Amino acid sequence: MLKNYLKTAIQVLRRRKFFTFISLFGVSLTLVVLMVATAVFDQILGPQLPEIHADRTLGVYSLEMRGAEIISDSDASYWFLDRYVRTLPDIEKVTIFSQAARSATYLDGEKFELYFKRTDGAFWQVYGFDFLEGGPFLAEDDANAEKVAVINETTRRQLYGGSKALGRMLEIDGQRLKIKGVVRDVSFLRQDPFSDVWAPISAARSDTHLRPAVLGSHTGVILARHRGDFPAIKRAFQARLAEVELPEGYDELSGEANTHFERFSRVMSSNQERTVASPWRLRFAIGLAMVLFMILPSLNLVNINVSRILERASEIGVRKAFGASSWTLVGQFVVENVLLTLIGGGIAFVLSGGVLSLLNGVELIPYATFQLNFRVFVYGLLLAVIFGLISGVYPAWKMSRLHPVTALRRRSL
Amino acid sequence: MIQLRAVEKVYRTDRIETIALSNVNLEIRSGEFVSIMGPSGCGKSTLLNLMGLLDVPSEGTVSLAGESVVSYSDRQLSRLRNRRLGFVFQTFHLIADLSVVDNVEIPLLYRRMSGSERRRLALAALERVGLSSRVHHFPAQLSGGQQQRVAIARAIVGEPDVLLADEPTGNLDSSMGDEVMAILHDLNSSAGTTIVMVTHDERLAGQTGRILRLFDGRQVN
Repeated sequence: MLKNYLKTAIQVLRRRKFFTFISLFGVSLTLVVLMVATAVFDQILGPQLPEIHADRTLGVYSLEMRGAEIISDSDASYWFLDRYVRTLPDIEKVTIFSQAARSATYLDGEKFELYFKRTDGAFWQVYGFDFLEGGPFLAEDDANAEKVAVINETTRRQLYGGSKALGRMLEIDGQRLKIKGVVRDVSFLRQDPFSDVWAPISAARSDTHLRPAVLGSHTGVILARHRGDFPAIKRAFQARLAEVELPEGYDELSGEANTHFERFSRVMSSNQERTVASPWRLRFAIGLAMVLFMILPSLNLVNINVSRILERASEIGVRKAFGASSWTLVGQFVVENVLLTLIGGGIAFVLSGGVLSLLNGVELIPYATFQLNFRVFVYGLLLAVIFGLISGVYPAWKMSRLHPVTALRRRSL
Repeated sequence: MIQLRAVEKVYRTDRIETIALSNVNLEIRSGEFVSIMGPSGCGKSTLLNLMGLLDVPSEGTVSLAGESVVSYSDRQLSRLRNRRLGFVFQTFHLIADLSVVDNVEIPLLYRRMSGSERRRLALAALERVGLSSRVHHFPAQLSGGQQQRVAIARAIVGEPDVLLADEPTGNLDSSMGDEVMAILHDLNSSAGTTIVMVTHDERLAGQTGRILRLFDGRQVN
């Protein structure tokens, strides 16, 4: 039956080429926008290097202290993370690092602005960087405050013209650091591992990060043994918050250990909810936005489909006469419409590849490489099917309600 | 096989009420070849549509194989049409986008059946109407007579009990019309298919077992 439906659908598309072109144009354009958006989301949230354990990590990104007259919120301090998070029970590892900040370096009198990040040794075990030269600094390097650094390939190219960087000295953040490794670039959208230069926290010029304070400028990422441990880890984290002795004037400390998506959701939510993650609401909002975006082109397709009912009236009459129920016909016309949107999806997939390569070419976001991978393809397929269903059901239902006698009176097929 | 009791069919608009059929009582027995005659607009096609369960009477009952179908749902009527009835139309109503064999397969699409079995039955039906050499042609590539033979193959592929033909030779010249009539007679005599045919042609009606005459929506004795 499906084969027969598909044959009919393809013939109908071929018969009225102008209508087909208009329909496919609308479908493809809509899906291009949605596929590009999906590729951007995938770049932000999809699993990729160096976040190889993204499904097992929880991050402590911000804390909020409240008192009767004052509210303070910020990133956590190194002291807090080292004392209360690194010591959480039943976890595999914790890494603590600062967020990447711009810092200047000079080479042969020329100034370079680079992103610079301080990390501990565990950082290189939680994240799986792809090393092009050398290797990471280890926990011992961090413990011994070794003045070493890892740089990315773009920095190597900028500073050394692409020749070997291992063992060379880099002056940054007021220190001379020996390059211990070179890694592939990491997208700016992967904020936790992202930077141009990484150096041990312990080698920092000052030890302000060691001073007891709850709020600061560091992030802690917990690597769980299993994803199933998340609830227990989150509970343990909340229990730790209750143990913290707060500065005078504050009586409540709140914060969360969030997954990658929860963190993204928190960033996207309003200021009042900075420490409250609402991933389901965000998922719903993204889904709703995509559906709303499809509504207008869907209405256009509905109009085109409805106007073609008369053209196919006789076929409907024949199928009804020979035993097709109204619901069977609804199924047939929906299948036909989904086929149309899938063809549109295929065209959109190719066009999206072009749009993304243009976006990559202008380098809007440092080191972000938007691409069409299998996940984007699957999401695109899903979007095309949803589009097909939204725009196909009403015309199909209207077609199926045609009275067989009325339908058979019309001559055209 | 088919019974109509006190059947009326009235078409109503806001301002006009048209009586298409009035107090029609008739019975078509199994294996009969009956023709329906009458002037244009007398209700012949309306009567055929009621027999074919494509339309419902305003009053009265229609029964098929002893069962009244007045209260049947769309799904039940569809199933009954698919299993027991076959249709041949004056304008053929072949689907231009499908090949001959795909057109003939249509009634079987709505039955639980494998694709290969469907294809086998469709080819057999086409062979029966002498069109084995045209299975992959499209309707537009065939003559009128050939198109009507495809339509007959489509009507008989599901081996229905009743074949309802609405002026099947109306768009054909006399020799093609005779070919079509020969096929219908063969179906009636060899397979025992009950045939009800609407026609304007006294000569063709004379070849059938019984003639029902209508005038202004009423049966004429």
